[in-house]
Amino acid sequence: MSLRASHLTLNRENEFYLNDVSFEMLPGKIYTIIGRTLSGKTTLLKTIAGLITQDSGELLFNGSNFDAIPVWKRQVAMVYQQFINYPHLNVYENVAFPLKQRKILATEIDKRVKQALDQVGLIGFEKRKIQALSGGQQQRVALARSLVKDANILLLDEPLVNLDYKLREQLREEFKKIFNSKASENAILIYSTTDPVEAMQLGGEILVMDEGRILQQASAKEIYENPKTTKVAEITNDPAMNLFSGNIVGGKVILNSTIQLNLPAHFLELPNGAYTFGLRASGITLDKPGFPFQVELAEISGSETFLHLGQEEIHVVGLLDAVKNFDIGETVSACFDIEKLYAFGSDGNLMSSPYGGLN
Amino acid sequence: MHTFYVTLKYTAVTLWSMFVIAPFLWALSTSFKDFNSVTSGATYIPWVDFEPTLEGWRVLLRSPAQGGVNIVEPYLNSIFVTCFASLISIALGTLAAYALSRFTFKAGFIRNDDITFFFISQRIMPPVVLAIPFFIMLGKLGLLDTLFGLVMVYVVLLMPIAVWIMVDFFNKVPIEIDETALIDGCNPYQAFYKVVLPNSIPGMVVAGLFCMIFGWTDFFFAFILTFTEVQLLPVAIVSLNSSITPWWSLSAAALVSVAPLIVVAFIVERYLSKGNLSGALK
Repeated sequence: MSLRASHLTLNRENEFYLNDVSFEMLPGKIYTIIGRTLSGKTTLLKTIAGLITQDSGELLFNGSNFDAIPVWKRQVAMVYQQFINYPHLNVYENVAFPLKQRKILATEIDKRVKQALDQVGLIGFEKRKIQALSGGQQQRVALARSLVKDANILLLDEPLVNLDYKLREQLREEFKKIFNSKASENAILIYSTTDPVEAMQLGGEILVMDEGRILQQASAKEIYENPKTTKVAEITNDPAMNLFSGNIVGGKVILNSTIQLNLPAHFLELPNGAYTFGLRASGITLDKPGFPFQVELAEISGSETFLHLGQEEIHVVGLLDAVKNFDIGETVSACFDIEKLYAFGSDGNLMSSPYGGLN
Repeated sequence: MHTFYVTLKYTAVTLWSMFVIAPFLWALSTSFKDFNSVTSGATYIPWVDFEPTLEGWRVLLRSPAQGGVNIVEPYLNSIFVTCFASLISIALGTLAAYALSRFTFKAGFIRNDDITFFFISQRIMPPVVLAIPFFIMLGKLGLLDTLFGLVMVYVVLLMPIAVWIMVDFFNKVPIEIDETALIDGCNPYQAFYKVVLPNSIPGMVVAGLFCMIFGWTDFFFAFILTFTEVQLLPVAIVSLNSSITPWWSLSAAALVSVAPLIVVAFIVERYLSKGNLSGALK
C-alpha cells in the first residue's frame, strides 16, 4: 500500500495553493506536514481526501488512480482544526455515523464504536450531546469518528491548534500513542501543524511546506540537523533559526565590524565569500564572554527565557536556561556557539551544517 | 441602589407587557359587547361595566343569508393557502439557499450575491406592481379565484423570505460539516438531507414562521385575485364592515385570525432559542 503524489498543482487567481507537489507515503508511518498559515497544508490534505481537485498532477493509491474515486468512496478519515461533529447527534451516534453509512451490522458497529470511544477516553459519554462537551472532548469525538472507520489514510489538520496549552500538551501525548497504534495497523497517518515542537515530538517523516511547495521531506532528525534551506530552518524551529548575512574571510566568520567569529571546523571546506549564517536560539547564550548586545525583549517561557537582542543591523533571539528579568535596553554579553553554526549560500541552500549535512 | 434598579427594571417590563397585551384584552372585551356597550363610553369589565353577549362571535359562524359572515370556510382557505405556500417556499427556498451558500455561480457579471439580491428584490417591489401581471397570468391559466392560483402567487411572494433567511443561515454553517459528511461516506445528496438539513431546522423554523406571518396577513393579493368562489380570512374580515362598524364581531374576528400565529409561535419558540449549531464549531 502506498500513496503517491506526482506534480500536484493547484492555482487559483494566479496564486499557487499547490505547486508541483510530489511525494510517496507508506503505511505504518506518521507523516507530519509543517508549514506556516496558508502554506498549502490544508489544501494538500483536502486534495488527498478528494474534497479539492488539483489542476494537474495525479494521486495514486496502491498504484491506481485515486482521483477517479469520489470522496465518499475513498477510505479516508479526516479531523479538522475546528471541532467538527454532527450537532444533531449524540456522541455514540456521531462515532457510529460512518459505519452506518457503510451499512455495517449493528452489533459490529456497537463493538467498534465502544472500542474507538475507549481509545479516546470517552467511555461513559455515549449519550451526551456534542454541545454539552468541552472543546477537548469534542475533538476526541472527531478523532474517535475518524478512527472507527479503519481508514487507510488518516488526515489530521492541526487537530490541537484550537485547544488551550495544557490540554494541547495532554492530548498530544495521548494522540501520539493512538497514532502509533494506528500506524502499526498499516494506515498512513498525515498530520499537519504549524508548530515545530509538535512536528518534532511526533517524530516520523516531516514534509516542510511553503507557498504550496514541499521544500524538504526527511525524518524529523534529519530536518532538525540539516535543514535544506534557510526557509526550512525558519519554519522548523521555534523560535525561528537566527539568520544573519556575513562573510568568511581569512579564517574568520565576519558578521559586522564587532562580531567576528573563529571559523568552526565544519566550515573549513567553505571558500571565502558571502553567506547567510544560521544559529538556533539555543546557540546564543549569556554564560560565556561574547559580544555586546542590547536587550530588546525578554520572554519567559516555562523555565526558560527567550532574549531578543540587537546590535546594529543584527537582531537575534537567544535562549537562557533559566527565568530571569532584564531591562529593555540593558547591555548584555552574548556568546555565539560556533560549533552550532550553519552556513547557507546566497540562494538560501545549506552549505555546511554542524551535523555534517550538505545540500 | 440595587433594589432601585430591580424595581425600575420590573416596572419597565410590566409597563411594556401591558402595552403589548392591552390591545388583545381590549379586543377580547369588545368581542363580548353589543352596540350599546361599545357606543356608551369606555367600558372594561364584563358583568360590572357591561352585560356580555356572544352576538359578536355568533355573527362569524352565521351564514350571510342569516345576516352573518361565515368565516369558517375563509379560515380553512387561509390555513390551506398559507401552509401550502409556506411549505413549498421553505422547501424550494432551502434548496436554493443551500446552493447559493455552497456553490459559486457565474453568469457574465452575475454572481451569488446578485442572485440572492434578485430574490430579495421581489419583496422590495411595491405589491401593486406585481398585481396586474399576476392577475393576467392567473387569468390566462384559468387560476383566478382558485386556491391553487393563490398558492402559486404566495410561493412567489414568500420564497424570497425563505431564501434570504436560509442563505444567511447556511453561510454560518461551517462547510467542514458538509465535507465531514462526504468523508464519512455520504454522497452530496445524503450529506444534505442526513447532516445539513437536520441541523438547519432552527433556520427553517424561523423562515417558516416569517412566511406564515406574511402569508396569513396578506390582504392585497387575496383581495385582487379572488372574487366569489374563494375567499381568504383577511378579505372575509373586511367584508364584516358595513355602514355601522360592528366592532364586537370585528374584534372577535381579529382574535380568531391572530390565534393560529400565537399557537405557531408558542410551538416553534423552543427552536428559535435553540442554538443547535453551537456544537458544530466551537
